[in-house]
Amino acid sequence: MVGLKRPDITQGYFYGSHITKDHGRNGGMRGIKPAGQEEPQQKTRPDTRRYQFKEGLRDGMPIALGYLAVSFTLGIQAKEAGMGIWEATVMSLVNLTSAGEFAALTIISTASSYLEMAISQLVINLRYMLMSFALSQKVAPELSVPHRMGMAFGVTDEIFGISVGREGKLDPFYNYGAMSVAVPGWTIGTLLGVVMGNVLPDSVVSALSLALYGMFLAIIIPKSGEDKHVLVAVIVAMTASWLCSRLPVLRDISAGTRIIALTVVIAFLAAVAFPVGEEEEAHHEQ
Amino acid sequence: MNSSGFMLLAAQEHGLLHNVWIYIAIMALVTYLIRMLPLTLLRKEIKNRILKSFLYYVPYVTLSVMTFPAILHATQSIYSGAAGFFTALLLAYKKQSLPVVAVFSCLVVFLLELVI
Repeated sequence: MVGLKRPDITQGYFYGSHITKDHGRNGGMRGIKPAGQEEPQQKTRPDTRRYQFKEGLRDGMPIALGYLAVSFTLGIQAKEAGMGIWEATVMSLVNLTSAGEFAALTIISTASSYLEMAISQLVINLRYMLMSFALSQKVAPELSVPHRMGMAFGVTDEIFGISVGREGKLDPFYNYGAMSVAVPGWTIGTLLGVVMGNVLPDSVVSALSLALYGMFLAIIIPKSGEDKHVLVAVIVAMTASWLCSRLPVLRDISAGTRIIALTVVIAFLAAVAFPVGEEEEAHHEQ
Repeated sequence: MNSSGFMLLAAQEHGLLHNVWIYIAIMALVTYLIRMLPLTLLRKEIKNRILKSFLYYVPYVTLSVMTFPAILHATQSIYSGAAGFFTALLLAYKKQSLPVVAVFSCLVVFLLELVI
C-alpha cells in the first residue's frame, strides 16, 4: 500500500541520526519526552519540512477518505435544506466541521437569527478550543504566529487526533500535509453530495463511515497499553459516553455538548487522580 | 410532508430575510476564532501540573467519547459496526499504523454487510 513504507534513511530525508527513530508510526505514541530532549533544529530544515509534509499527507489520506463519505451525506442534506452547490461547497471549505455544519443546515433552512448561528457554532465547536489549547503545548514555543494561524484552520477532531500522536514537538508542516488532503476531501465530498445525491452505494458509504473511528482507536489504544492511567480514563470515558446516550434526560443532550462536558469532567478527574509527573514521563519513555 | 420538505418551504418563505452567505461567514468566523485563539495566544509552556495533566488526558478522553458508542451506529447495522470496532481494537492493540487500522476495519464492515 502506498505511503506505508518505513522511512528510508538513505533517501535524504534526514540530516542527523537524532530523528531516525520511529516518527509516530504504529499508532505513534511513545510517551511524552522530558523537556529539553527535543530536536531544536528539526523544523527549520527544508528537507524535514518535506518529510513532515509527506508524513502528514500519508496520515491524512484515511481522514480524507472518511471526510469524503461524511461530507457526501452532508451535501445531500444541504441540498434538501435548500442550499445551492456553491453555498454548500464554500460552507464546507471555510468551516471544516461536521457537527457544526449539520447544525447550521437546520439553522439556515429554518431562517433562524444570525446570533443563533454564532452561538450554536460556539457551543458545538467549543471542543476545538480545548484541542487548540492542547496543541499550543505540543508545538515549539518559538513557532511563529502565521504558522500557528495556519495550523489552527485545520484543528478538527481527526487532524488533532493524528497530531497528538506525533513524537516530540509538532511540526506545522505535518498538519499542512494532512490538511492538503483532508480539506479537499471534505469540500469535494460536499460538492459531490449536492450534485450526485444517492449515487454511491449505501454499502460503500456505510463502510467508509467507520474509517474515522478506526483511526481514533488507532490513537487511543496503543497509548492505553503504555499508560495504565490513560487506559482507565479511556474506559471511564467510553462507559460514561455510552450511559449518556442511553439514560433518560441525559440522552437528550446534543452530541456536541456531551463531548465537551464529558471531556472536561473526565480529563479533570484524571488529572487530579493521576497527575503527570516528571518521574512518570521518564518512566513512560522506556 | 416530511421534515426536510417543511424546512425547504420555510427557507423559501424566509429566504429574503437572511442571506446564506452571511450565515456562512458568521459560522466560519466563530469556528476559526475558537481554533485559532488558544494556539496563537498561548506561547509559553504551562507549568501548572494539574492543568498540564488535564491537557495530557483531553485528547484520549475526547476521542473515546466521540468513538463510543457512535462507532456502533456509524454503519448500516450495529453488528457490522461492532465488528469494525473490534477489528480496529485488535489491530490498534497490535500497534498497526493509522491507515492499516482504518482500511482493514472498513473492509471488515464492507464484507460483513455483503453477507448480512
